[in-house]
Amino acid sequence: MTMTTNASPSRWERLRDSFLWYSFKRDRTAQLCLAVFLCMVIAAFASPLLAPTDPYDLRQIDILDSELPPFWIDGADDRYALGTDAQGRDLWSIVLYGTRVSLLIGFGAVFLQALLGVTFGLMAGYLGGRVDAFLMRLADIQLSFSTLMVAIVVGAVVKATMGSAFYSQYAVLMLILIIGLAEWPQYARTVRASVLAEKSKEYVDAARVMGLRSKRIMFRHVLPNTLSPIFVISTVQIANAIISEAALSFLGLGMPETHPSLGSLIKAGFDYIQSGSWWITLIPGAVLVVLVLSINLLGDWLRDVMNPRLYKG
Amino acid sequence: MSAQAETLIANPTQNEESSESLLQIRGLKKRFSLSGDFLDQLRFKGGKLVRHQEHVHAINGVNLDIKRGEALCVVGESGCGKSTVARTVMGLITPTEGEISYDGQRIDNLSSRQLLPYRKRMQMIFQNPYASLNPRMTIQQTLEEPLRLHHPNWNRQQILDKVGEVMRSVGIDPDWGKRFGHEFSGGQRQRIAIARALAVDPEFIVADEPISALDVSIQAQVLNLLMDAQRDRNLTYLFITHDLAVVEHFGTRVAVMYLGTVCEIATTATLFEKPRHPYTQALLSAIPRLKDDRPQHIRLTGEVPTPVNLPSGCVFHGRCPYANARCKQEIPTLRTQDDGTRVACHAVEEGRL
Repeated sequence: MTMTTNASPSRWERLRDSFLWYSFKRDRTAQLCLAVFLCMVIAAFASPLLAPTDPYDLRQIDILDSELPPFWIDGADDRYALGTDAQGRDLWSIVLYGTRVSLLIGFGAVFLQALLGVTFGLMAGYLGGRVDAFLMRLADIQLSFSTLMVAIVVGAVVKATMGSAFYSQYAVLMLILIIGLAEWPQYARTVRASVLAEKSKEYVDAARVMGLRSKRIMFRHVLPNTLSPIFVISTVQIANAIISEAALSFLGLGMPETHPSLGSLIKAGFDYIQSGSWWITLIPGAVLVVLVLSINLLGDWLRDVMNPRLYKG
Repeated sequence: MSAQAETLIANPTQNEESSESLLQIRGLKKRFSLSGDFLDQLRFKGGKLVRHQEHVHAINGVNLDIKRGEALCVVGESGCGKSTVARTVMGLITPTEGEISYDGQRIDNLSSRQLLPYRKRMQMIFQNPYASLNPRMTIQQTLEEPLRLHHPNWNRQQILDKVGEVMRSVGIDPDWGKRFGHEFSGGQRQRIAIARALAVDPEFIVADEPISALDVSIQAQVLNLLMDAQRDRNLTYLFITHDLAVVEHFGTRVAVMYLGTVCEIATTATLFEKPRHPYTQALLSAIPRLKDDRPQHIRLTGEVPTPVNLPSGCVFHGRCPYANARCKQEIPTLRTQDDGTRVACHAVEEGRL
């Protein structure tokens, strides 16, 4: 049927004809999750516009406003719809800003993981031999340290040498670096496995016979054919990175109190849960759960769609 | 080996023959390791740690000359090393031993950069057209890529013209260039793969079972396309196949392989009329013919020996009805017969057959 038309379809038309779009139109969960996820991303990155106060600006904080409850509970203040935390910061504002920090770290860390993992996995799979053995042993060693341990060691060393103020200043970068470095083997292994499958196909031989250099074959021929698993693993890894960041922050190894992420908000509020101010920890907690859940469900849908065993594209 | 080199020098006609040959394969051997890396090879034997290695002997000393303008067909059953020979010639596999020369220049030990000028002159067509086109590239991109690599100073228009010309020459409408490989049928894909090989105007093409994955109704079309290309562009083919009907139709000369060795090389007419080697005889007797009401199949007993532990002497001796004690010990070499056929068989040499 497409054979009779000669006009080349635009990218948008190709997407509309694709199985991805077809399956998306029929999957209510995926639609809902994408809507929730996009709303959260947009709200987080538009937080300076949406938030009524700037939680990073100490002049706007009044300690006398601390621990005010959200609007549906008696004693709420009209200025703070979701109440305030222990320092008197508007919870709605700080959750928006915190989501932005969490997303930034999640995406940044996954970008770093993907950069390292895809490059190493591609090299290990395509070049094989000693390169493969070396890189995969490196990955094994990396995986034998848990993310937490890497974070504790790096955090301790940086804090000891550069000072705690320096660490707070670059905490976002530090966390991206730690989570990125700790989890690249996930990517490397996935990519290597699919490169090994692709490498034995004849189009790679054809490219070699043509005389193309290894680098071009790896990035121009093999990599585009391994993108599906990379996409799928990326969604899982973003959720994982956000969770890792939250865990590190909860343990006090992550974002400082002054620039809180969702994890450090939960931690800060945790001390007040017994004294009745449960909203300080529960509201950021609920946001974190919804965020990670929507990403994970999207990832599940994407994996089902892109699984070549279920559907050949 | 040395005895053969001597006869090559001593025999002036053969010497002349080799000078006009485009591709020479000399003493080619390829072993593939089965034993994994060093740690996997270590075994305990009698209280000692020994290194145990096993190899598949895919090619065991193949000598072939391909003359300019001919189509040399290599036939043999599955696993006899035909494809390994083809891939070694193209530099996809490095040989364990032996030499490959192209137009008088040794090419098997060149780096990929030094090999680049030869890549333009020799190209390859693969067996499976469903796997040989990159699924993420359009046909236009697939065909432009070799041109951009080998003609870096061509402008956009020259490349487009060349792609259009080569697509027309294989019977694919140039307007289809914006499509992807999976939008085409098997036969069309194989035409595109042929177009990719022809794009750089090669003089030598290695075709590794190019029609065996195609529908029977398409095979003849693609075969004729290859023959037209040979006529129009004065191509030389190394054609790997196991279809003897194709060989009869297509080949100038035929090399028959068994378990990694060449057992007979002859012109197509001679081979089909008068097969010498017992294996060739058995192979040809297996072709079903319409006029046969009482087929005279030569039934070979036993199985093809494993290429891991090669039999001593002639590799065919275990299944050969004419084998004697000499065949079990001495490896036969290819010897030229009076009609130019070269056969590696003690029985033929001794006149027993």
